[in-house]
Amino acid sequence: MTIDLQKLTKRFGSLTAVDAIDLDVGDGEVLCLLGPSGCGKTTTLRMVAGLEYATQGDVMLQGKRVNDLAPRDRNVAMSFQFYALYPSLTVAENLAFPLHAEGLSSSEIAARVTTISDTLQLGSILKRTPGQLAEGEKQRVAVGRSIIRDPTCFLFDEPLSRLDVQLREEMRGEIKEVLQDLSRPTVIVTHDQLEALTMADRIAVMRDGRIEQVDTPHNVFQKPANLFVAGFIGTPQMNLLPATLTKAEEAGRAEFAVEGGQSMTIEVDRRVSELSPGSRVTLGVRPRNLEISSEPADDGLSTQIDIVEPMGAETLVHLNDGHHDLRLVADWRVPLAEGEKVHTRFPPGVTHIFTENEQVLRTQ
Amino acid sequence: MGIYTAITSVVGFIYFFPVLWIILTAFKTRPDALAVPPKLFFTPTFDNFVSVFYRASITTGTSQATDMGLYFFNSIFIAFTSVGLALIVGTLAAYAFSRYPLKGNETYLFIILTTRMMPPIVVIIPIFLMFRLSGLAGSYWGIILLYTAFNIPFSVWLVKSFFDELNPEIEDAARMDGASERRVFFRFCIPQILAGLSATFVFGLILTWNEFLFALLLTGVETRTVPVAMARTLGGEVGVDYGLLAAIVTLFLIPIFFVTFLLQNQLLRGVTFGTVKK
Repeated sequence: MTIDLQKLTKRFGSLTAVDAIDLDVGDGEVLCLLGPSGCGKTTTLRMVAGLEYATQGDVMLQGKRVNDLAPRDRNVAMSFQFYALYPSLTVAENLAFPLHAEGLSSSEIAARVTTISDTLQLGSILKRTPGQLAEGEKQRVAVGRSIIRDPTCFLFDEPLSRLDVQLREEMRGEIKEVLQDLSRPTVIVTHDQLEALTMADRIAVMRDGRIEQVDTPHNVFQKPANLFVAGFIGTPQMNLLPATLTKAEEAGRAEFAVEGGQSMTIEVDRRVSELSPGSRVTLGVRPRNLEISSEPADDGLSTQIDIVEPMGAETLVHLNDGHHDLRLVADWRVPLAEGEKVHTRFPPGVTHIFTENEQVLRTQ
Repeated sequence: MGIYTAITSVVGFIYFFPVLWIILTAFKTRPDALAVPPKLFFTPTFDNFVSVFYRASITTGTSQATDMGLYFFNSIFIAFTSVGLALIVGTLAAYAFSRYPLKGNETYLFIILTTRMMPPIVVIIPIFLMFRLSGLAGSYWGIILLYTAFNIPFSVWLVKSFFDELNPEIEDAARMDGASERRVFFRFCIPQILAGLSATFVFGLILTWNEFLFALLLTGVETRTVPVAMARTLGGEVGVDYGLLAAIVTLFLIPIFFVTFLLQNQLLRGVTFGTVKK
């Protein structure tokens, strides 16, 4: 069972919400659509569900084109952002509702409701109506209602966005467990990268209706394909430093000049030699990969500590070289004082280099 | 808590006082009703209520049945039918306006609203002529259609705002769970706005129930409503019979009281719809 989107496009008047995207989700795979609000991820999900018509392109479920089928004829289960529980029905009736449409006998329906309520520990609230439930319970019922059938695929729209932090962590684990047991193609829409990184087998990062990168959570984080993905994934955000290439040597050693007259020689990807001196580039380095040294170093910039933010086990440091802000995460034991002058080093192999058209330079 | 209850009681009493006075007057004899200073304590009589339905004819002096029973039936029949019709049409239209946004919807909604912007008396002559020409004047259907037309804009706007408040995800979920469009509407949308529908119904009912001008011009002897009949008791050779008038008013209040109290809980939720954060 698979989901396959081919050149899928959705236009609302002159606005293109989804722009010719290609995407496939394999059997048992969990794919997260991740992106800022308004990037078209929910619209994509709704086109798979059949709640929006595709302007162009095809939605294929199990190899069959379903563009013209109504939602109820697609056999797709969806869980909504605001849970969408039927307010006048009890939890048990909510769970049973999708089964009525399938024409099951009432004893069979009762048996399935019992199974699901055992799985999700809903036994004690089966008689309540949605108005009497806490947020976490609502989420559980919503998940229960979407998995009670035997659909071809599962769609989740921002499943955890309404829960508080603690509950979110709990539910994340629970949903992941449920999804593993189901082994159906699943699409989860989220704007929360942590949710995507923890739950997905693959992540599709979207911006302005286009897919910027589809890859495993590890690769999306470690090998961002372009400037947008680099800046979007990871907290604190990756440092993105505009620079000019002055000299490129073999093996990736290159000299860069940054605004303010400072220059540094650091080791980046070997493909830097493809660029001619004078090229404008953006250097990207994660805050956890920067290093501080009290001695001047030619693989770094001299900076001053602006703000020190303790975050428990780590400390977030805001550095400034007079023209750029850099974020650095250090172990909490490192003594740091605001106003102190330090040298910020770019260790070999951690700096991503992006060309002027925002694409990464990387040896495959 | 105590102070709020006290203030509410005082304000409530001030608002209710005129109504109370009317009800008291309905139980007074004519000298009691006209007494100066007004009497708060008196021997109640039911004569006024009897004479609403049976009254001595001035010319013959014998007791005769009045047509008041018919007029009460007319008022109830006309008001409930037209408000009910307006609510059905208005709800369907409101759902369409709320869920199927088409180009120009805003304009249509505005045009619908403009029909309520002028005082009704402005259109009374054309409407009167239309009713004369079409033969609707004096018929039940004539006045019912007119009231329905007056209530529809109001119903569309109010009910639309209730539909707008609903979470459309619930409808989408129902669609995915196998519900047809008709089922989505009747099973999931309507039950969620019952309070709003009740509020709209009661507001429309009160407006229609009290309407006088069009009823005066467009109803006939058989289809006359209570406000018109009430006005006709005002004149006469023996001056205004305040006791009789008050008795009619008191009876006239009962259906509205009844409906309002019946729907009280729904009404409260209806008028506070959308004002409380969910």
